[in-house]
Amino acid sequence: MTTAIRPHGNDSSRPRADGTAALLRELVAHLRKNRTQLREEWARRITESKLLTAMTREEIFAEATSVYDNYVEVLETGSVEALQAYARNLSERIIPRGVETHEVLGIVLLLRDVLARSLFKKYQADFALLNAVLDAYEPAANRIANTVAVGFVQERERIIRQQQEAIRELSTPVLQVRDRLLILPIIGVIDPHRARQLTEQLLRGIRANRAKVVVVDITGVPSVDATVANHLVQTVDASRLMGANVIVTGLSSEIAQTLVTIGVDLSKINAVGDLQGGIEEAERLLGYTVTTPEPKPSEVKA
Amino acid sequence: MRVPILKQSQYVIASIQSALSDEDLLQLRDDLVQNVGRYRSRGVIVDVTVLDVMDSFAVRTLRAIAHMIRLRGAETVIVGIQPEVAFAMVQLGLTLEDVTTALDLEEGLAYLNHQMAGAAHVK
Amino acid sequence: MSSSRAPSAEPGQRDESVVAIGSSADIVTARQQGRALAASLGFAGSDLTVIATAISELARNIIEYATKGEIVLSQDDADGRPGIVIVARDEGPGIPDVSRALSAGYSTGMGLGLGLPGVRRLMDEFEITSNAGRGTTVAVRKWLP
Repeated sequence: MTTAIRPHGNDSSRPRADGTAALLRELVAHLRKNRTQLREEWARRITESKLLTAMTREEIFAEATSVYDNYVEVLETGSVEALQAYARNLSERIIPRGVETHEVLGIVLLLRDVLARSLFKKYQADFALLNAVLDAYEPAANRIANTVAVGFVQERERIIRQQQEAIRELSTPVLQVRDRLLILPIIGVIDPHRARQLTEQLLRGIRANRAKVVVVDITGVPSVDATVANHLVQTVDASRLMGANVIVTGLSSEIAQTLVTIGVDLSKINAVGDLQGGIEEAERLLGYTVTTPEPKPSEVKA
Repeated sequence: MRVPILKQSQYVIASIQSALSDEDLLQLRDDLVQNVGRYRSRGVIVDVTVLDVMDSFAVRTLRAIAHMIRLRGAETVIVGIQPEVAFAMVQLGLTLEDVTTALDLEEGLAYLNHQMAGAAHVK
Repeated sequence: MSSSRAPSAEPGQRDESVVAIGSSADIVTARQQGRALAASLGFAGSDLTVIATAISELARNIIEYATKGEIVLSQDDADGRPGIVIVARDEGPGIPDVSRALSAGYSTGMGLGLGLPGVRRLMDEFEITSNAGRGTTVAVRKWLP
């Protein structure tokens, strides 16, 4: 489910040639010396490209300052760790503001370009030197762009996962219909993650409601395979450890037979045909008497 | 850390207060057996509400406790297994299968009372 | 689920803590430290219990089969998701038949099994190396969901 983007060149331990190191030091000095004007030019180009429209000019400038300084620091130290932490932190702040991936990548690439142009201008008289400077600058600049983009994407994915979890919880309420009796109607596909979440929710519900019987209805589950069945058995076992009995409804006898055939042990599962029947069985277990509204045919006296 | 054991009418209640080492668990086992003998109790409740982990040793020892108590003619109920602990136990494959469990102290006592009442009817 | 990754020597691992395992009290120490580390990484709820229980079982195996060893707790950060890494190491007699110890038939309920199938179920990644006479290393990982 996660996109496997790996920041390539996680090799801050790679020894650099002395020449490269000296060049990098020189251009870092240049970038620091011209900090103010380069930063302004960058902020200007950001606005021109209509990026970060969700943020105000002051905010853009403030973040631009931090990014610029971080950028130059990575060029200097070669270590992306501080940048990674900053990128995550920045992402956490701007994602709720609606900033998108292409914007973040866009502004970092703009900075790369602004700095590169500045280097062109400085070293244009000496082509060989310019080439050497670019040889030193380009890999570092690319690594920076990569790091920031990846940090942003990972933060987005983390937020999405959180939201998915919240949705899952909301979509499966545990219902208390009667004293000591809970119903858990499950609708939709059950993947291992959801199954785990359902079981946890149910067990917490048993504790909160002091339930003695739980009816788990799986009528709305499209496919019941061995994995789902095993999760059900686990749920039954765990509920019993908390003193609660589980009745499973909506498990058709065909499916039950298939599961048994492939080796699933359903002996622990108390299965009743439908939800109504399950509730009646639950009430029986709890000691409530259930009165039928009409007399059964056999009791009608002639 | 010794687990305090209280006598409540014909039952004995062990209320675990903190994480237990292996020695503590074995001590609890011996103390319970002794207490049941001394007071001729009919039932034992072990309250594990506070335990945040129940591993294979804890489970084995609880089963041993239930077994030894049964040999002395009394019934054991384990109460207070927490949701996370119950879930971890079943995933690890640990079962208390032959030991009665209940939600909490109140349910445990209700169960024992029910058992005693039932036994009284059997003649 | 087994993994083919080596437990240590990966970039991104930060500080680790080592708990010496020599007595049953160390089992409690190891799992409490493991729980604390997991909590600091962002694990919550039943995950914490699952991790603590797995550590307890691994530490217990060390005591029962090798008398002493160590549990190394650390974090890993592949693909941006943090995870906890637990390595249980000993220089005991080793497990003669690893595949048998991993088969579902070995249960901890009877007091004879090693609980390894259970630990494997609890964790996301599981790797075991054991040689008769040369000790055992079990490395497990759990990722933040």
